Parts: sequence; C-alpha cells; structure tokens
Amino acid sequence: MLSYTLRRIAGLIPTLLVIITVSFCVVRLAPGGPFDQEQALPPAVRANLERLYGLDQPLTVQYVHYLRGLLRGDFGPSLRQRDFTVSELIAQGLPLSATLGLAAILLAVLTGIPAGIAAALWRNRGADYCITTLAALGLALPSFVTGPLFALVFGLYLRWLPVAGWQHGAPRYLVLPVLTLALPVAAYVARLTRASLLEVLSAHYVRSARARGLGTPRVLWRHALRPALMPVVSYLGPAVAFVMTGSLVIETVFGLPGTGRYLVEGAIDRDYPLVMGMIVVYGALTLFLNLIADLIYGWLDPGVRHA
Amino acid sequence: MHEQAATAARGLWSDAGRRLTGNRLAFAALAVIVGMALFAVLAPHLSPWGYDSLDWEHLARPPGLTAAHWFGTDRLGRDLFVRTLYGVRLSLFISVLASGVSLVIGVVWGAVAGLAGGRTDGWMMRCVDVLYSLPYLFIVIILTTLWQRGSIAVLLLALGAVGWLTTARIVRGQALALRRREFIEAARALGVPAPAILWRHVVPNLLGPVLVYATLTVPQMIVFESFLSFLGLGVQEPHASLGNLILVGAQEMESAPWMLLVPAAFLVGLLICLNFLGDGLRDAFDPRER
Repeated sequence: MLSYTLRRIAGLIPTLLVIITVSFCVVRLAPGGPFDQEQALPPAVRANLERLYGLDQPLTVQYVHYLRGLLRGDFGPSLRQRDFTVSELIAQGLPLSATLGLAAILLAVLTGIPAGIAAALWRNRGADYCITTLAALGLALPSFVTGPLFALVFGLYLRWLPVAGWQHGAPRYLVLPVLTLALPVAAYVARLTRASLLEVLSAHYVRSARARGLGTPRVLWRHALRPALMPVVSYLGPAVAFVMTGSLVIETVFGLPGTGRYLVEGAIDRDYPLVMGMIVVYGALTLFLNLIADLIYGWLDPGVRHA
Repeated sequence: MHEQAATAARGLWSDAGRRLTGNRLAFAALAVIVGMALFAVLAPHLSPWGYDSLDWEHLARPPGLTAAHWFGTDRLGRDLFVRTLYGVRLSLFISVLASGVSLVIGVVWGAVAGLAGGRTDGWMMRCVDVLYSLPYLFIVIILTTLWQRGSIAVLLLALGAVGWLTTARIVRGQALALRRREFIEAARALGVPAPAILWRHVVPNLLGPVLVYATLTVPQMIVFESFLSFLGLGVQEPHASLGNLILVGAQEMESAPWMLLVPAAFLVGLLICLNFLGDGLRDAFDPRER
C-alpha cells in the first residue's frame, strides 16, 4: 500500500509540470498585455513597469524564474491588484470556496446514496420513478439555471432565504449556493448507487444470504452495500473537479467573495501571475483530491493495488 | 468485399432506426428538437422584430398571447421571442459544430492509436491522460478570454479542442478490438496501406458508438457554451445566446422574472430532449455491442 501511494504521488509531479507549462504557454502567447489600458502609459513608465516585473526578459527565462518561485511557494505579485501577492489573494478567497465545495459534496453523498438505495429497493414503483426523474432533471439542469431559479423561488417569492450576499459566512447565506452546487452531484450519485446496487442485489452471494433468512437491512449492511458503493467512491474524484469549476458560477450567481472571480478577472486584465496561480492551485487540488479518492478506492478494493 | 460491407452497414443502421422509432420517448424528443431547430432557423421570418430592434413603445413588458410581443420584451424593448429563438439557433449551431470538431479529432486520434498499438498507442493515450487531468474548463475560459473575446471561431475551437478526449478513448478501445479481427488482417495481407484500412474498414465500424457519444456531447457543448456566455466570455451583446439571455435574466429577475424564465425553459427543454435522444440512440445501437 505504501509503495503504491508513493508511486502515485511521484506520478503527480510530471502531470503538474505539464499543467504549468501548457497554461504558461497559453497565457503568455495570447495577444495583449497587463499594461494595456484605455489611456496609454508613457513608454518610459511602461518599460520601467515591465522591467520591475521581469516581463522584458525572454519567455524561457521568465518560465524558469516562475518555476523557481513556485518551488519556494511564491506565486509572484499580482500585476493589477497592487500591493497584493497572488498567494494573499488566493488565501483570502479559498476558505470560502473550499467550504462551499466540501459542504456540497457532503450533502450530495448524504442525500444521493440513500435516494439511490431507496430507488433500487423499490424498483419500478412510484418512489423509484420519482427519484430517477428527479435525478434526470438534476443532471440535465446546469447550475447557472438552477441557481437563479432557486434564488427566484426561495429568495424572492417564498422569502425563506436571502437571495445573495454572504455576511461573513452566516450559514443562512450559504444554504442556496450549497444546494445548487450539490444538486447535479447528488443526482449522479443517486443514479450510480441505484444501478450498481441493482446489479449487486442480483448476485449469487446476495441470493444465498437471503436464502439463509437474512432480512433486507442485514443483507444490505453486511453484503450488498460495500461493493455497491465502489462506483460512487471512484466518482468522488471527478465530482471534486466538477464542484470546483461549478463554484465559479455559484460564486457569480450568489455574489460570494470566493476565488472564482480571480480567474475570469485575471484573464481579462492579463494579470499573468494571478491566472497562473489560480490554474496551478486548482490543478494541484484536483490532482491531490483525485489521488485521495483513488487511495480510498484502493483501500476498499485490494485488487486495485496490484494492478 | 465492398458490397458485403455495405449490406452489413445497411442492416445495422436500419435495425437501429427501427429500434429508435419504437422508442416513443426518444422519438418525441427528436420531434421536439427538430421543431425547435426549425423554429430557430426560421426565426427571422416569424416575427416583424429583429433580434436587436428596439421597440420604445413596449419596454420591459411581460409576456402575453395578445400582446405585441408574445414572450415580452427586455429593458431595451427587444422582443424576447425573437431573441430566444436566435439564442437557440446560435447555441445549437455552436454546439453541433464544436461536437463535430471534437468528433473528428477524437476519431482520428483514437483510431490511429488503437490501430498502431504498441509504443505509439502508449504515448498517444498518455497524452490524453495528461490532458484529462488539466482543469479543462479553466483552459477554455482562458483561451476564450485571452484570444478574441466573443469570437465564435475561438469559442468553437476551444470547445472542440477539449471535447475530443473521451471520444478518443472510446474509439481507441473499439479500434483495439477491431485490429484483431480477420477482415483487417486480410486487408493488411492484401497490402492495403494503413490510411486506407483506417478509412475504409475501421472508421465505418466505429460509427455506431461514436454517433451515440456525439449526441450526448451536443448537450454538454450547449451547457459549456451557455456557461461561458453566462460568465460574459462567450457570445456578446447585442447577439443573443441562451447563456447571455439567462445572465441578463438573472440580473433582472426581481422586476422582470420572465426574462429569466423564458430562456431557461428553452435551454432546459433542449437539454432534456437531447439527453433523451442520446439515451434512445444508445439503446438502439447497444444490442449489437452486447
């Protein structure tokens, strides 16, 4: 197990390097620059600014310089938000984005799995049709549609919850964003659970457990649930990536001060270090969380480790 | 040999067609999609209003069947019926083309990798794995923002460039299986060059699963396109896409909820129908796979 883990961690490094290199090229080869403003800067000022940030040097030199900085954990200064480093900006927004994402995944798992189990146990009956239809809807609706709709219904018409804003993390303000973010994940988890539980329930060992006179709860708990939940565990990695990009929209819809806006604003302003920082942090987080999901999977299913 | 292949293909396609028409849900979905597409294409002839023409007499009017504007107007007095249809048209156009682009790249990449096998296959699929791990929506956002914002060509290219990975995987798996079949071996033995084998013998046998996956790609592309437009990075005003209509609708929902509800309803309807059609197609083609 340990050597498997170490091998997987070592495998992350080249991938991360590719992410950094590709995004560095994409970001830097684009036309325009951070100091293109409506009022053109005097050439001398511009040259000084470019020298200050090292933008006058060849791209390869800047690339090596950037990599060196990353090794020290330094993402560089923000070019447009003066007096802030990229690390400071991301550190300001990340706790909120992370809370949002984690809460959404937790909620999705806690509602999706029971819903999937219920649908599988009452297969082809009313409850099953309700759950599968809801899941199909939840999967088809993108969050930039459900978000405003939830805000319209629960915020404006029913007045149960605030429409937007955040008031320093008051839980009331996070309910709708988390709900919106969790909906498609919960729908997919429910679908996965239903399908795989149906398959497991028709297996011979489940039938023999039933033949020994075990009741449904015991069969589920002792025999069926663990293998049935394997696909859900392996979906958790992609789910994390989905939730992280999804929070971009959620933060825009509900006016939350997370990290999402930095990516779009940074790209529009040509704030190179900020955009790069966002990609590197999110890329590394995705890889890391995917790895954790894989390790949990390997821990549950010993066959994987030796593959 | 040629004729045989043609008969087999006809058999497969007509079988799948029969199964599809037997599936009422999928067929209804197809009808709705075709209807929407027709409406969208005919949009300029259906209403006296253009997508960017302003009606100063009716600003921000709610929808009504007897009103001058069926689906109401926005704050600038632009007709929401026409704008929504234009939005559907643009969204369908972009998503179908982007799916096409990603399909071509994916099929070629996957088929070459699967057919070549060995080390070439290993490297080509390693590339796909690494690209998979990129936060691809981030890359699309950055591509569309940094290169010309609002340019449809860039949008298409960015969407197509990231969409081909899954197609490549599916195609490669199928090609690997096909590679060992006798008719490919026979073609090799006869000295048919590799590109001809690829085009004449491998690609036609892949079309079923690829077509299924492509129908499921179209709604994904619609979502991506609308998502980018929603963030203000895709289609720009005064042009209408479902995404930027929903964006404006979400900003105005307190005073004019129909501005959100109309385009959202169209988007949701389109997505659900496309998903039903994709599922129906999968069921229609699947019996052959199993």
